[in-house]
Amino acid sequence: MIPELGKYAFAVLSSYGVSILLLVGLAWMSVQRARKLRQRLEEVEARMKRHG
Amino acid sequence: MSIWEYANPKKFIATTTPILPWLTGAAIATLVVGLIWGFFFTPEAANFGASVKIFFVHVPSAMMAINAWAMMLVASLIWVIRRHHVSALAARAAAPIGMVFTLIALFTGAVWGQPTWGTWWEWDPRLTSFLILFLFYLGYIALWEAIEDPDTAADLTAVLCMVGSVFAILSRYAVKFWGQGLHQDSTIAKVGERDPLHASYYLPALICMAAFVLIFVALVLIRTQTEIRARRIRALEARMRA
Repeated sequence: MIPELGKYAFAVLSSYGVSILLLVGLAWMSVQRARKLRQRLEEVEARMKRHG
Repeated sequence: MSIWEYANPKKFIATTTPILPWLTGAAIATLVVGLIWGFFFTPEAANFGASVKIFFVHVPSAMMAINAWAMMLVASLIWVIRRHHVSALAARAAAPIGMVFTLIALFTGAVWGQPTWGTWWEWDPRLTSFLILFLFYLGYIALWEAIEDPDTAADLTAVLCMVGSVFAILSRYAVKFWGQGLHQDSTIAKVGERDPLHASYYLPALICMAAFVLIFVALVLIRTQTEIRARRIRALEARMRA
């Protein structure tokens, strides 16, 4: 199934591997921070309501 | 309805939230299809051998490295002229994404260059301008982090963005300006010319480029929403302290 890459195997596989890793890492960090701050904003807004 | 209505943070979040799942799904689907097609189902090239498969990550990431900076420039200009906070926050949100695209373009370029040119790096006009663009991304992100007042940070980073745009343009047109160096000119835009991109690479390349555009848009929307919420948290906490 894997194509014959010959002497270019390292170049091709590392290109795909590093690219996918960086994109997935960036997406994961973005989503985690989004979740964290959404939750924190809800807490702060609830606190604001309680204190009028 | 005016486009400037979306400069309202609440309106921006309300409009973009329902779009995001579709955009994310489309981004993942096009990326999977494009990369699988490019990796498994494209033939070796006569001049590059199997290394031509790097094309499907190298070209879209390089394209988006420049386009992300162009988007940041437009958003920065909107901030400078109309003082819409969402545009400044969108520019801030786009910077790490553009930086990652630039890093991918530099890395894949280096590992592609080694077997084809015999060197990982050359002080070629396009490569050098891309490295400078990467440094501008780092500087832009650092400047946002370094300045406490968000409006001052938005002003100064907008100026830095305008200066950096010179290198974004240079990295795109360096080959045409200098006409020298190892890096070849764009192949994707040569349809109908003497040395065009082979038809078997064209469609998967377009799908990968669409995937990188969709990834960029989805991540910018997610990160801009996050920046809006972070700004609101700071404002509410400041009001509670007062």
